[in-house]
Amino acid sequence: MSATAELVRVDPVTLPGETGMVERPRRRWLPFSPWHFVLLPLAVVMLAPLVWMLVASLETLDQTRHFPPILWPGTLRFGNYPNAFRAAHMGRLFWNTFVVTSTVVLSNLVLCSLAGYAFARIRFLGRTAVYYLLLATLMVPLQVVLIPTFLIVKSLGLIDHLGALIVPNLANVFGIFMLTQFFRTLPVELEEAARIDGASRLSILLKIVLPLSAPALATLAVIQFMWTWNDFLWPLVTIINNEGAQTVQLGLAAFQGAHQTDTSLLMAANVMSLLPMLVLFLLAQRYFVRGIATQGLKG
Amino acid sequence: MADVVFEHVTKVFPGGAVAVADLSLEVGDGEFLILVGPSGCGKTTALRMVAGLERISAGQIRIGGRVVNDLPPKERDVAMVFQSYALYPHMSVERNLAFGLRQRKTAKTEIERRVADVSDMLGLAELLQRRPGQLSGGQRQRVAMGRALVREPEAFLLDEPLSNLDAKLRVQMRAELKRLHARLGITTIYVTHDQVEAMTLGDRIAVLSDGALQQLGPPQEVYERPANVFVAGFVGSPPMNLLRAVAAGGSITMGELVLPALGVPGGEVVLGLRPESFVPAAEGLPGFTFQVEVVEPLGDEIVVHGWVAGEAWQTPGLDGEVLLADREEGGRAQITVRFAPSDRPAVGQRVRLGAPPGSAYLFDAATGRALG
Repeated sequence: MSATAELVRVDPVTLPGETGMVERPRRRWLPFSPWHFVLLPLAVVMLAPLVWMLVASLETLDQTRHFPPILWPGTLRFGNYPNAFRAAHMGRLFWNTFVVTSTVVLSNLVLCSLAGYAFARIRFLGRTAVYYLLLATLMVPLQVVLIPTFLIVKSLGLIDHLGALIVPNLANVFGIFMLTQFFRTLPVELEEAARIDGASRLSILLKIVLPLSAPALATLAVIQFMWTWNDFLWPLVTIINNEGAQTVQLGLAAFQGAHQTDTSLLMAANVMSLLPMLVLFLLAQRYFVRGIATQGLKG
Repeated sequence: MADVVFEHVTKVFPGGAVAVADLSLEVGDGEFLILVGPSGCGKTTALRMVAGLERISAGQIRIGGRVVNDLPPKERDVAMVFQSYALYPHMSVERNLAFGLRQRKTAKTEIERRVADVSDMLGLAELLQRRPGQLSGGQRQRVAMGRALVREPEAFLLDEPLSNLDAKLRVQMRAELKRLHARLGITTIYVTHDQVEAMTLGDRIAVLSDGALQQLGPPQEVYERPANVFVAGFVGSPPMNLLRAVAAGGSITMGELVLPALGVPGGEVVLGLRPESFVPAAEGLPGFTFQVEVVEPLGDEIVVHGWVAGEAWQTPGLDGEVLLADREEGGRAQITVRFAPSDRPAVGQRVRLGAPPGSAYLFDAATGRALG
């Protein structure tokens, strides 16, 4: 509307509702943001391998070896899935990975909360020094500590047992760091009020701090789940001669040699190994968005 | 219920900042005591030491005769209301109220009874199942009060509990607090920087500055007989006008104004005149000229800022961000005067004012102590 247009009284009921800041009106030559020209090809690049994997898992072996790749096989061979499940003993692999992953996630939630709370709120001698020392270890790559950790695990007699996958990962520095930083953002008055109300340190952690940290705990659980579920190098090093202790990722690798790399079965097994991750992300997405920690304060 | 005694209490923070210096103070059983002072004066630190949220560097705090220096907060049996309310955001109002009792393993039927009593008393019965995020500011404030009351503590500690409320609600809650205290008679220590809360709520007020107690007494007494120039400038709203004056030969001279003052030793003094103490002076009678600069009509009174001949007095720790230069220029000092609505002056007008004998306060310029 130009400034000279005649302004008349309008009935508010006829107007559309509006929100948002005032922005200079822009002439739009596209019905969407130009950024889509960058984002769409990137999304295609990201999704292509996944789609290809899904397609290959439903093809015959010959079709998977065809070049250029066949993106629509005609008939979908769902039978690849049960075949792959049996051939790779996926049931056992899933169970092992589930045991390892759930134990590691739970122990990380418990131990990182305890350590994180101590670093965030309890004053003790050398707190800052120990904290920074721990953070420094984040910068040491896995390859550097692989052999020492292997030797420790070996001396504990855990090689070829699930314990080898669990014990070194019971707590990790990233989790401690993340929770410490999150706990520091919680209003300290809440804890002081609980102290005056008669709560001990531990019950403050359990009844006040942890319930308010649900988003951070969920994030940590998701990240830890992903790391443990997808870990390949460490299981490869420590599970040597015991097929009964293999995880999904090891099983998938073993698939290649043992069965002359039946690509369609391998891809079917791959898709199955991804499902738990997919389900988890769909379920836990809301935890990243929601933050309830400051609702009880002045508003 | 119990009395709370501070005996030579000192608090030094790491790095050497002295928050409370040698504070000795007795809060009687059932008394409502106000700790008041400008921000950074140590009043909140003093309260937190009673609660056990801060360690005591030196001295002793006793609650009900028991030395509590080394007792953790939960063993002190005090309840506190925080400025931010500090309600547990993930719990319903009911669970917020019951939290302290549950921590103390109170019997379930007893918890229910007390939560019901307190929520009736504070009008929270309808809100018990809501979360703090779903409450208005005033309702949150009530829940915070309720959480403290439900414990039936020995002493009640309030840290600026009304400062997050809007003006109307604050007036209402102030009256309610006074009613509650009259009914329950719990020993209460109340921290505020608000003049009106300090004057209206307390049985006695303790004025603090730089961690040190300046004066302790009933509000009216502190207002009428300030012990030193700091208290004079702090208590009362708008604050007392403080001006440099000279005492000689039984009278005080400040610019044009000459007041009789017997028994005051000669030399420099600080003259204090409350905005409400001025009277219009007829022509020819002793008085001084006041030039009107800003007029603030408040309905029942008119607060007028303007200039008189003289020099303003600066009180360290009190004037804070108000610079002396703002209140003084070229031999003139800014003062504040209250007028009746019928006497409304015009901006720029020169008004002859007088100060009745007996309305002036005098303080030693060197020590700041009240004279006479």
